[in-house]
Amino acid sequence: MQPITYERPETVEAAVRALGRPETLFVAGGTTVFDLMKVNVLKASHLVDVTRLRDPRLSAIEVSDTAIRLGALVRMADLAAHPGIRAICPLIPLSLDLGASEQIRNMARLGGNVLQRTRCAYFRDTSFEACNKRNPGSGCAALDGHNRQHAILGTSTACIAIYPGDFPQVLAAVDAQVEIAGRQGKPRTIPFTDLHRLPGETPDVETVLKRDELITGFLIPRGPWLRRSLYLKIRDRQSYAFALASAAVALDLAPDGTVREARVGLGGVATVPWRAREAEAALKGNALTEAIAHRAAEAAFAGAVTRSHNHYKIPLGKQTLVRALLGAAAMEV
Amino acid sequence: MPGDPNLPNPHRRNFLRGSAGVAIAPFAVRAARAEIPALDASEDARALTAVGMTVNGQRRRLSVDARTSLLDALRDQAGLTGAKKGCDQGQCGACTVHVDRRRILSCLMFAVASDGADITTIEGLAGEDGALHPMQASFIDQDAFQCGFCTPGQILSAVACVKEGHAETEADIREYMSGNLCRCAAYPNIVAAIRQAKPLMEG
Ligand SMILES: Cc1cc2nc3c(=O)[nH]c(=O)nc-3n(C[C@H](O)[C@H](O)[C@H](O)COP(=O)(O)OP(=O)(O)OC[C@H]3O[C@@H](n4cnc5c(N)ncnc54)[C@H](O)[C@@H]3O)c2cc1C
Ligand code: SF4
Ligand code: FES
Ligand code: FES
Repeated sequence: MQPITYERPETVEAAVRALGRPETLFVAGGTTVFDLMKVNVLKASHLVDVTRLRDPRLSAIEVSDTAIRLGALVRMADLAAHPGIRAICPLIPLSLDLGASEQIRNMARLGGNVLQRTRCAYFRDTSFEACNKRNPGSGCAALDGHNRQHAILGTSTACIAIYPGDFPQVLAAVDAQVEIAGRQGKPRTIPFTDLHRLPGETPDVETVLKRDELITGFLIPRGPWLRRSLYLKIRDRQSYAFALASAAVALDLAPDGTVREARVGLGGVATVPWRAREAEAALKGNALTEAIAHRAAEAAFAGAVTRSHNHYKIPLGKQTLVRALLGAAAMEV
Repeated sequence: MPGDPNLPNPHRRNFLRGSAGVAIAPFAVRAARAEIPALDASEDARALTAVGMTVNGQRRRLSVDARTSLLDALRDQAGLTGAKKGCDQGQCGACTVHVDRRRILSCLMFAVASDGADITTIEGLAGEDGALHPMQASFIDQDAFQCGFCTPGQILSAVACVKEGHAETEADIREYMSGNLCRCAAYPNIVAAIRQAKPLMEG
């Protein structure tokens, strides 16, 4: 790890101004930044710690009749433990509690969480030359390597790395917006599903953020589907592991069981936080029977592309979604 | 090489204590936490940064390279070797300490980021009279370790787990302790120790 300098500004303006320096990174909880700096995958000579920014809204959880607003500096553990949010949208605390460990959730902030980097073993290990994400233009060691963990949706011939989070899949599913402050011009707001870029030919460019842009918060509209919502995560071991497949679902059902609205996000199978709109379309207007749940799962994985070791993710991903949908439909709300 | 008369005392703990004596001065200014100024960007990446923190109730001032983890600062500079370095990658929990009453992984925390923090390590858990914390006593009673390498992290994590309200059921304990791995697989005994300690901590 190369020598670094460190600062801890108190205002958003000072923080984004500090990103004018070359080789400078924001750091929040540091659980991705420090980890990847130690193995020389992330290189920086200056760190701007954003955790002491004084704007109280950065650390606030605000609930109004129409929206939930989550400050970017809220700790994962604090959002998971928030009783109000649990009652309004059980999907949120479930996705957080099933991610990482309580120690990491105490450190990690929501802004850092959505920008966590892939766990692709070739990306993390600099002794492998070929990794287009770490070393643009060098190839991809995973394509014909060990790709059991890798993505089947949203892949390209340049990169098949999984986007690893849990909570970000929820943000993708529930129409969240991201609030962004930058050096130039007014703060802007974009749909969360536009934040991450598909790998395409440039897997090293992971988001649409400019390098001096700071995420300040997330806004979730309070749709009637939030209460009947759950997150199901399937792992190699029961806890403290990344998803092999996961599903974030939220449903608004009519009294006769017809799906008025559905929101579906998928994890463990895609290169970005994945919104499964085809599955939502297959559900809408139908009674949520097992057959309809299977039809939605077929639709969600119709475009899947597998490599030598990850074909199992198609049946696993489908079954995960079916179980999540039937589980949500059976919830007492 | 133990016993070689030509080498300085090879006992590692003494060595660490020795170096700690150089690196640490008692934190002289009795500043309240809020008075500690924001750290300024030093232009020289090789310059050391002074950080003030409270460790186990004592004010400490350490001079750290900005790359230093809180774990390395505690072990190599403060001479507190209770927190262990298992993986140094956030995966095992052996380095768990409390920062501002929350359990965190000291291997993934920059020491500079703990400026102004209140830190508890395993060395600070026993009472001032030396009486073991109920969690420490329960780990002994329940034989909740074999080699003991993961134990300081397990105990600090377990204390927090109870205080967070995440130790109501055995399933809860297993889930919320999952960030602490035990290579010796003392898990059933660790769960039993936490169940024993919980009412003692709350009583
Ligand atoms: C062993 C282990 C297991 C894990 N398991 C899981 C899991 O099961 N599920 C899961 O979801 N996650 C898991 N994680 C990942 C963890 O959740 C992330 O590392 C964490 O959420 C990142 O948050 P942070 O605040 O520490 O981010 P940092 O490391 O501080 O930052 C991450 C990135 O975001 C940038 N950044 C931070 N804040 C902002 C902001 N406000 N605006 C713009 N840029 C910003 C940083 O520059 C950096 O690029 C695991 C991590 C480890 C080490
Ligand atoms: S899958 Fe992506 S991150 Fe992994 S080796 Fe290939 S290019 Fe690199
Ligand atoms: S040493 Fe910190 S988690 Fe393993
Ligand atoms: S007691 Fe040996 S690792 Fe836990």
